[in-house]
Amino acid sequence: MPQPVTEQTMLDMSLESTPVAVRGALARVVETLCCMGWDEEPRGTVQLVIAEALNNIVEHAYGAGCPGQISLRLRATAELADIVMTDHGMALPGATLPGAAPARLDVPRYDLPEGGFGWQLIRGLSDRLSYRHSNGVNHLEIRICRCSGK
Amino acid sequence: MTLITTETGDPQILRVAVTRIDSAIAIQFKDAVRELVSPEVGRVVLDLNAVDFIDSSGLGAIVAAMKGMADHQRFDLAGLRPMVDKVFRMTRMDSIFVIHDTVDASRAGAEN
Repeated sequence: MPQPVTEQTMLDMSLESTPVAVRGALARVVETLCCMGWDEEPRGTVQLVIAEALNNIVEHAYGAGCPGQISLRLRATAELADIVMTDHGMALPGATLPGAAPARLDVPRYDLPEGGFGWQLIRGLSDRLSYRHSNGVNHLEIRICRCSGK
Repeated sequence: MTLITTETGDPQILRVAVTRIDSAIAIQFKDAVRELVSPEVGRVVLDLNAVDFIDSSGLGAIVAAMKGMADHQRFDLAGLRPMVDKVFRMTRMDSIFVIHDTVDASRAGAEN
């Protein structure tokens, strides 16, 4: 008997807030999207957005001194990736998403920015983005449409 | 782990030997570039053809490596794959570097 077509896949995991654990989580995300028929380019977009969001949690919410747990959930269909990340680290400044203002690049070489690109990429590549901090938990939700051409 | 191999000459070619420049290796990557860049050359070309994923910490490492070079030295990039190219375009860092399609094109001194 033929198997029914799977309409959505869920990936639910908990990871340590370390760069190596982030790598492992991203590999599983890519594998999941691959199974759902996502091509290389939109897979890359989802990988990048999740990487940036996880890196922010690793570096800023928890920081190098006190690693913690991150929960990552991905619900993927052939067309959509819905991602929810939660952590118990520090809230984003003002408990709100950072603005999208890009850093100035018309400056001498030694003044060029070496960071601050993460939220620019997340905002630019997400189709929906929301954040809240409640009861000591950071809660970030991201939607990426496979065909948004971003 | 070898992150970068180098070919002497001017331009000096630095070939990235890993497929990812992410937060797990960004600092080592920056240090490796700084260590390998010859102070004598006028131009260095970073060959990114092997790299299929870069995040903003990898991008920051490339910018930091470039900022660590002498004023008279130019730091070009070559062989950007689609995801890497996207990161440079979306952050507008493609306006800071001369980006060549291939290392061969960079040797010819072409701007693209």
